Amino acid sequence: MGDTTHSDEPADTTGGTRAPSRRSVIGWGGAGLALGAAVAGGTAVALRGPDGTESAGSAGAAVPFHGAHQAGIATAVPDRLHFAAFDVTAKDRAGLIQLLKDWTAAAALMTEGRAVGEGAFGGLPEAPPDDTGEAVGLRPSRLTLTIGFGPSLFTAEGDRFGLAGRRPDALVDLPKFPGDNLDPARSGGDLCVQACADDPQVAVHAIRNLARIGFGRIAIRWSQLGFGKTSSTTPDAQTPRNLFGFKDGTRNVAGTDTAALDRHVWVSPGAGPDWMAGGSYLVARRIAMRIETWDRTSLKEQEDVFGRDKGEGAAVGKAKEHDEPFLKSMLPTSHVRLAHPDSNGGARMLRRGYSYTDGTDGLGRLDAGLFFLAYQHDVREAFIPVQRALSRADALNEYIQHVGSAVFAVPPGVRDKDDWWGRELFS
Amino acid sequence: MRPSRLSLVTALAAVAALTTVTACAEKSDAGGDGAIEVIATDTSCEVSKKEFPAGHLQLAVENKGSKVTEVYVLFPDDRIVTERENIGAGTKANITAEIKAGDYEIACKPGMRGKGIRQQVKATGGGKTVQRDPALDAAVAAYRQYTLEQAEETLPKAKVFAQAVKAGDIEAAKRAYADSRIGWERTEPVAESFGDIDPKVDLRADGLEEGQDPETDWTGWHRLEKSLWEDKKITPRDKELADLLITDLTVWQKKVGTAEITPTSMANGAKELLDEVATGKVTGEEERYSHTDLVDFKANVEGAEKSYTLLKPVASKNDAALTGELDTQFAALNTLLDKYRADKTSYVFTSYDKVGKAERKELSDAVNALAEPLSKLAAAVVK
Repeated sequence: MGDTTHSDEPADTTGGTRAPSRRSVIGWGGAGLALGAAVAGGTAVALRGPDGTESAGSAGAAVPFHGAHQAGIATAVPDRLHFAAFDVTAKDRAGLIQLLKDWTAAAALMTEGRAVGEGAFGGLPEAPPDDTGEAVGLRPSRLTLTIGFGPSLFTAEGDRFGLAGRRPDALVDLPKFPGDNLDPARSGGDLCVQACADDPQVAVHAIRNLARIGFGRIAIRWSQLGFGKTSSTTPDAQTPRNLFGFKDGTRNVAGTDTAALDRHVWVSPGAGPDWMAGGSYLVARRIAMRIETWDRTSLKEQEDVFGRDKGEGAAVGKAKEHDEPFLKSMLPTSHVRLAHPDSNGGARMLRRGYSYTDGTDGLGRLDAGLFFLAYQHDVREAFIPVQRALSRADALNEYIQHVGSAVFAVPPGVRDKDDWWGRELFS
Repeated sequence: MRPSRLSLVTALAAVAALTTVTACAEKSDAGGDGAIEVIATDTSCEVSKKEFPAGHLQLAVENKGSKVTEVYVLFPDDRIVTERENIGAGTKANITAEIKAGDYEIACKPGMRGKGIRQQVKATGGGKTVQRDPALDAAVAAYRQYTLEQAEETLPKAKVFAQAVKAGDIEAAKRAYADSRIGWERTEPVAESFGDIDPKVDLRADGLEEGQDPETDWTGWHRLEKSLWEDKKITPRDKELADLLITDLTVWQKKVGTAEITPTSMANGAKELLDEVATGKVTGEEERYSHTDLVDFKANVEGAEKSYTLLKPVASKNDAALTGELDTQFAALNTLLDKYRADKTSYVFTSYDKVGKAERKELSDAVNALAEPLSKLAAAVVK
């Protein structure tokens, strides 16, 4: 994402007492529409430059926190991710509700580029500052914070939070798929927060501060950094590539395609419990890639495995990336053919996964892969059947292994400053 | 041990600014112009003047009792302005100090034990008197007493440990090891404020600097821990180190009463004890050979809870929500720790190498849950 036309006006670095810090530099770049950063759907930010042009979704700007849907789903996909799954340690419903309220308040501030609480400095010298400070002077960076509720939050046994009766039917525990090698320490979670941002420090700051606010009520179960998006919701922009070097998400659901969003991503009113209307379901999978093995694979085999060519990303027998694929011309085991909606009864997901590298594996190989994130209106009609097909037959399985897994019910958006994450669930 | 103690240093600077005092105790005959007479007996401590001008203070002490005594000049929070030990029965001694205006206490300690017999005195004029909160002074005084008790209780236990080492009895030394460290671990931030003692008694192998030789430069508990559990033998050098440990701990015991303790340093000390748990005990680094980390863990938590309990009357007035949360989280962590010992009065805990990854995470989560609100205690005390 280019960001060359932005104002270089330095950020207000006061960082204390709710001063508009990062916010002060939003979008005043005149015709500051960063190339490649297109408008990303109805919930995307629409900031106006001095000449009245919309400089929407520019890298560095703020994405509105409030809306009918949570930001971070249909909104443009920035390049950095910090995703965290939490176990709730709060003893009761009241404790959980207060946590969600506290988190919502902090999230609203941070997505605006502001410090949490009373700021990062300037407070009582005897007390640690409310905000940890590393995002002071940085722009909002299109930070989005998206919360989800895991199946374990609704566990009937003990029913810690009185939520057992409110578990949506669609929030199923994912079945075991062939080839899964899931690490329990990298799987599951009562809650998740997905932080996406242009600046990795902004994303990490957000998770860190939410964790800190939550200590005593939550414990981090696992978290994952992502350094580059592997799918976008902005089809006019260049399609990103995954670590296998292939374009990924060519046919992803676009943030502007409201019909597809309504059909495949958002939970319709009446399709489940009322509290989920306007929400979505998120599947997160840590997919390790056997990088070195893949790199030694011939170009022909690589292209056969995917069913697209490596350079343009065109389907077999086609010239251009966005030409409609002819599935029967691909090998029956090719990834694109197996994952295609036409092979899956029309099922589509909004994917916004990230490449990750967590150093090396101690055997001289990259510990790297794809942190797969996909939003859908019902996992029983999308991820589960698609993954069943892939796990049985996908030629890619020789080069990948699913090592972490989680599923979350993602509630609708926080409507305004009096609303909070999950309010409908508790009302 | 950890190398830097920023908050305590800060506290030190603040105290130094408030109460710059130079004190010395000279050996000379009692008497002299303007001296205040202190008549010490086995049951009394008479002072000839209870109000005197700030500045040069001279005490002419006479021990008319049958026991050896000590005389202290103390701040209201019990910190020592100056002292004189070993004043024999029937002997005299002079004590001098430069003091600022304010309230002080003079204490005689017949038999050199206990809190002593106290007299309230006041130094007048010479600049403004520092405003003090009696509740906080009481908290600091009680905490100082606690640190003294911990040092006093530690020495005999350390001597049991040292004797076992010197007797070449590995099993007896192992049994006495963890117990000998409890008092130290409970009050570690205070102990560490005497920068020179901590590296002598509580240094870990990784704390050695480049050029330092573990054979000659590494002293203290953990060196002996390695000999007992890892090397499985007691060398002549270890026997010397056992003596040295007692020597160093005796210095610690002597110095504890002079520690600069403020309400803020108490609160931050409590947080630092949880930091110690988080960085050294939860990871199993502190007791890497003996795996007695949970004993230290418990002692750190007890020390933190002591500070907190003493500060709570003040803190709860300023921030009742915080003290409510701290009560909850201290209880939760203590309950969790109790799972690792058979008897709630025992300090025999599960060996940490038998504590699995998931259990360690549970302990770490409980530490996070307590340490975060504990970091806000200092602010609640000074509000």
